[in-house]
Amino acid sequence: MGTGGMAAGGSEVMEAFNREISEAGIEASVEKFCSMHKVGCRGLCAKDVLVDVIVGGKKTTYQYTKPGMVSRIVKEHLIKGEPVADWMVGEDYYSFHDKQTKVVLSDCGNIDPEKIESYFAVGGYEAAKKVLTSLSPEQTIDIIKKSGLRGRGGAGFSTGTKWEICRNTKAAQKYIICNADEGDPGAFMDRSVIEGNPHAVIEGMIIGAYSIGATKGYVYIRAEYPLAVERLRMALAQARGKNWLGKNILRSGLDFDIKIKLGAGAFVCGEETALIASIEGQRGMPRAKPPFPVHSGLWGKPTVINNVETLANIPYIIRKGADWFASFGTEKSKGTKVFALTGKVKNTGLIEVPMGMPLKEIVYDIGGGTNKGRTLKAVQTGGPSGGCIPSELIDINVDFESLAKVGSIVGSGGMVVLDNTDCMVNIAKFFLEFTQAESCGKCVPCRVGTKRLLEILSRITQGKGKEGDIELLEDLSHDIKASSLCGLGQTAPNPVLSTIRYFRNEYEAHIKESRCPAAVCKDLIEYSILADFCKGCGACMRVCSSKAITGEKKKPHSIAADVCVKCGACYDVWVFKIW
Amino acid sequence: MLEISTDNELKLNDILNRYTAEEGNIISLLQDTQDVFGYIPEKSVGWFSKKLDIPESRFYGVITFYAQFHMHPRGRNLITACCGTACHVRGSDRLINSIQTELKLPEGKETTEDGEYTLEKVACVGACSIAPVVIINKKVFGEMTINRLMKELKGKKVEE
Repeated sequence: MGTGGMAAGGSEVMEAFNREISEAGIEASVEKFCSMHKVGCRGLCAKDVLVDVIVGGKKTTYQYTKPGMVSRIVKEHLIKGEPVADWMVGEDYYSFHDKQTKVVLSDCGNIDPEKIESYFAVGGYEAAKKVLTSLSPEQTIDIIKKSGLRGRGGAGFSTGTKWEICRNTKAAQKYIICNADEGDPGAFMDRSVIEGNPHAVIEGMIIGAYSIGATKGYVYIRAEYPLAVERLRMALAQARGKNWLGKNILRSGLDFDIKIKLGAGAFVCGEETALIASIEGQRGMPRAKPPFPVHSGLWGKPTVINNVETLANIPYIIRKGADWFASFGTEKSKGTKVFALTGKVKNTGLIEVPMGMPLKEIVYDIGGGTNKGRTLKAVQTGGPSGGCIPSELIDINVDFESLAKVGSIVGSGGMVVLDNTDCMVNIAKFFLEFTQAESCGKCVPCRVGTKRLLEILSRITQGKGKEGDIELLEDLSHDIKASSLCGLGQTAPNPVLSTIRYFRNEYEAHIKESRCPAAVCKDLIEYSILADFCKGCGACMRVCSSKAITGEKKKPHSIAADVCVKCGACYDVWVFKIW
Repeated sequence: MLEISTDNELKLNDILNRYTAEEGNIISLLQDTQDVFGYIPEKSVGWFSKKLDIPESRFYGVITFYAQFHMHPRGRNLITACCGTACHVRGSDRLINSIQTELKLPEGKETTEDGEYTLEKVACVGACSIAPVVIINKKVFGEMTINRLMKELKGKKVEE
């Protein structure tokens, strides 16, 4: 029941279950055997809605559940005790989960995110209790440092070190901020963690506040995530009710409370100093660093900013120990990382794997490979700041260092799989459109540079590319990277550079032959109907909004090239695909 | 154009009180204003500016910086098309193209002339695993196809 499950009809399915169960007159046994509760996202969103039915301790999971199917499940499974084999999840559901190692997500999808008791039942707030009653701030920081946890928001800075610096900065007032401004298109880890287990984030913030000496916390969260905001609000109220927030928490003397600040739709606010400006009520524009926020942050006071996933890791590290956490991952990248696996792959969803897992295992074993028999072309990681890893390099390990070597980044954890129907120039242009629009405009290299990059990319995709454009793109990219003020500008050219590095031939095809090898770029393609194959079904004609398709029933249709706006609607409904 | 009637003044006052009581800032003030009116009326900015003694330019600076704020009323039906990476590679461009053609939206405009529809493009709604995503009046549609989209839009038109 995350946003994805809701869209797939999660609420309707739940209603149907409630209705059928009460109609069948087994209310009493329902209470006893199957406590129906909402759970957060459990990862495999492609198969939503997933429903667990537990009878006598035996769990059966159903996939693609629709309200219409509920009646049969209740009658055959709940009443007669015979699971409906047709709708049960198959092998791939288990292989999707088997390869994963869950830390942050270990409780997501199993507990009810709207009930604090549900979190208590899996050991929730025990870490905070341990820290507040038996550890000094220095000892706590030591554990986090020893665990090797690095920030999960993109830069990968050591969390323990960040806390230590802030601890050692003397000030009367300090702040801790949870950065939930997940702006990378193609990433939804933070949303899912907050929707699935909001208390873990709050607990992480309490431990952080105690360690650095902060009394006020903020969660800066995107307004585009209404469900996450709602669940977080609920969780904060519950935590206050149980004195996990407020005055003198657990009689330890710690005063700490958290406020929610809604982002107003600006990607650059994911940058620390811009985020601070936004909380202060100004335009979210970054400033030069140093001073770093740990020395002078919100309202000039020392401030620690941690990403959602980073904070959600903290309670588990305290509970299970630094060595346990450090046993996952590679030498320099410890622990696990949550990725949003999306794009042209069978099993899309949220995954959590140990750092250093080969990309191949993620795409094929967990993701189930590409769809419709298409071939893998590349995997885009790190969103607009990242790069594309071509299929030849599929064997690399996914950790901070290995990805940096091939010109990409782990970033916040977006992982978009691309196949042979994706044009790499178009992908680069897509990201540049985004970063250019989101550039705050404060520094010239980013404001003007990204605009020029986008212009060049646009003309290439229109078939108007010039000899030397590729070199110009590279040259300009290096200048923007070297001279921009903040992370947005410094990384904005990455998608361009990495696609040129691995797919130079596609750029050349656009420039020299005015050809888009993947048949994506609108200006370089034309839609027409192959008369030999057209059966005159009229499917394409019905979806054509510009009325460019004409023809009689059961006779070959045709497209008027001068009316066609190349929206591609007809291509999508085309049922007799020949390749 | 919004007139500062007594009724509206009461609403604005209410927002202002919340702002001072909760130590809010300009952004939360504007967010609340937009919640109440559906957009940020120009006159409300002038009103706040006088009451708070903060120059109008600071308000406009914030309004124009953040994508969330609108200075004009939105359509009665709000269509939000996600343009995130996952949606992009799964054909969100085509969906947007066909919405624009179907609604006869003029180039560069978000709202139809009759004020019925607003088409808004957003960077990512974070539901990438069910891409492409289109949200029509707060209902999230995953794995949207042109066929389904047209049915939804045409259904809306028949309802009227």
